[in-house]
Amino acid sequence: MLCIDASHMDYQQLNAEIKSSSGDISITGCFGQRFIGAGLEHRHIDISGTPGNALGAYLNGACIEVQGNAQDAVGDTMNAGRIIVHGSIGDAAGYAMRGGELFVEGDAGYRAGIHMKAYGDKIPVMVIGGKAGSFLGEYQAGGVIIVLGLSESSRPIVSNFPCTGMHGGKLFLRSDCKNILLPKQVTGHSATVDDLTEISGYVQAYCELFGGSYEELLHSPFTVITPDNQNPYKQMYVLN
Amino acid sequence: MGIDYIYPQFEVIRNDGRCTNCRICEKQCANGVHVYDSVKKRMVCDESKCVNCQRCVCFCPAHALKIAKNDCTFRENANWDEDTIKELYKQAGSGGVLLSSMGNPKRFPVYWDRILINASQVTNPSIDPLREPMETRVFLGKKPSAIQRDEQGKLKCELPPQIELSMPVMFSAMSYGSVSYNAHACLAKAAQELGICYNTGEGGLHEDFYVYGENTIVQVASGRFGVYKDYLEAGAAIEIKMGQGAKPGIGGHLPGAKITGDVSRTRMVPEGTDAISPAPHHDIYSIEDLGQLVYSLKEATNHRKPIIVKVAAVHNIAAIASGIARSGADIIAIDGFRGGTGAAPTRIRDNVGIPIELALAAVDQRLRDEGIRNNVSLIVGGSIRSSADVIKAVALGADACYIGTAALLALGCHLCRSCQTGKCNWGIATQDPELVKRLDVHVGSQRLINLMTAWRHEIKEMMGGMGVNSIEALKGNRLMLRGIGMTDRELAILGISHAGE
Repeated sequence: MLCIDASHMDYQQLNAEIKSSSGDISITGCFGQRFIGAGLEHRHIDISGTPGNALGAYLNGACIEVQGNAQDAVGDTMNAGRIIVHGSIGDAAGYAMRGGELFVEGDAGYRAGIHMKAYGDKIPVMVIGGKAGSFLGEYQAGGVIIVLGLSESSRPIVSNFPCTGMHGGKLFLRSDCKNILLPKQVTGHSATVDDLTEISGYVQAYCELFGGSYEELLHSPFTVITPDNQNPYKQMYVLN
Repeated sequence: MGIDYIYPQFEVIRNDGRCTNCRICEKQCANGVHVYDSVKKRMVCDESKCVNCQRCVCFCPAHALKIAKNDCTFRENANWDEDTIKELYKQAGSGGVLLSSMGNPKRFPVYWDRILINASQVTNPSIDPLREPMETRVFLGKKPSAIQRDEQGKLKCELPPQIELSMPVMFSAMSYGSVSYNAHACLAKAAQELGICYNTGEGGLHEDFYVYGENTIVQVASGRFGVYKDYLEAGAAIEIKMGQGAKPGIGGHLPGAKITGDVSRTRMVPEGTDAISPAPHHDIYSIEDLGQLVYSLKEATNHRKPIIVKVAAVHNIAAIASGIARSGADIIAIDGFRGGTGAAPTRIRDNVGIPIELALAAVDQRLRDEGIRNNVSLIVGGSIRSSADVIKAVALGADACYIGTAALLALGCHLCRSCQTGKCNWGIATQDPELVKRLDVHVGSQRLINLMTAWRHEIKEMMGGMGVNSIEALKGNRLMLRGIGMTDRELAILGISHAGE
């Protein structure tokens, strides 16, 4: 495994070093360098410190594990692979991600999972262990977003305006969602046994990564949110 | 019926003396205007379905058909004109947002037509392109602001990545989905033959077209459809679409009904689901955020591809462009309000944005004033209709032009402005396999090559007339232009003198 001390590197140097090597990498002293692992395939990168914005953008099969927090735009337009964050993440995580998995131990900021989609055998998954900020899953077109709400803070499991414009995929909140206002074009219902079976593998993976009992978690009330139809704009127009 | 009845816009006039009932018009019309009446043993027609695409007219072997504007009119009213009244009826009947296609058809000034080009007389003689070499090649990308030498005094020749074009014209972004497979094939093939680029639009890149990579600009829009590593690597450049001239400030949605088979595979979205491009990129709220997307794309492609940022021409375009030029982008593409589209809300298309001529002049001047013009190249689009428009754009400061509507006209489009119906009789704006195959890829690409070859000759002629032998030398040379019939304010914004001055 290649070890890189990033403490005195700018992002271009660091990324050039990652690209020019093959095999797994361990980065120490990471301090806000952006775009780590952009478009990377088939490798494992372990990061200690705090990577900068757009970690794993366009990720194409590599696995990135962060021992700490990450900043904005984690997994932007991710196609395949896995990102694991042993901490919290900033805003706009998983924007338009089409495939792969994003596991966050702690909280996510605003606008997580916007325009997440799915295609063929690619079903992107985002598991947020803590709580999510406002605008979660806007325009969600596919894939699975799971928020477990495990952090201590008193704020709701998801802040304002989740699921606006959602037209595909599923969003799971470990909550009865009595205090969550959903937009008109989606429906929230209590998770059935079948619903929970669908996500049990992801929740189990979360517990394997960060600890906790997945059976216990799955025993709590979950709400599943799905869109009412895939064609929200169908009736809106008249040809001129 | 009743109050919502709108009398057909067009009249199908059939010369019964010439018509042989061969029924070709019936086969050619996907809208079902022409039908053979077996009882009366003659062709009849339902004019309410006619969009005046001229397909039947062109294919009638007996020249028995013509389409005329219907003379059934509402009572004349300069304020409430016919279109306004009809649009109101449509909305009152349906409650829907009016949806149109192609560029703004309203009577706004076309500044290209009020600009005249110079020519040399007596002194500084003109150049004959038939006997002297004329350079129409352009390179798009960041240019160094000073000459740099290494320790031995040798020139440092490393440039940031550039797009090389044989002439300053490219085919603008049209997605596979909004146009057909064959239309894309025509554009790609012609671009390769001509040494220019076509643009995928935001619909992804079909697997068959990766071979045209060097002549392809791949687009990244807010929906990020079909965007992944191989796609980003495939093209000569990557274009971030922030806006489009026909619909500034709003997103796009390809209805689920059009997301079938190949289109779904290319966009990498499931069949039948609406493909929604949100109005903004939800990760871009500032020039710094834009810079982040620019540099993430550069990192993902090892800094080998120039990054274009495309915006619609809007009121503060000069300040916006100044921000983009500082974001790390290599090229700015500006799309004027007459730019075409496969579908846009009518009110937006007809009322939002500004003319490209004014936007271009303002942007070029602002970037020069701020000393950052070399940071970026400028591409302009939004109704470039002829080689003269290209020359005028270059003299106003453009490095190159995008043409969309003009390229579609070369493929057979008759500007019926009904793209949104998906029943294009010319096989361009449709996914119906029976209609798509009407557009022959060999013929279509050849027609595009013909058009561009003709424009290139004309560009050389006009350059020669001005005594300029390289298109680069014309760039931003506004002394070559004069305005006619414009106000002082218009002339000041365009940075040109009035004819006679």
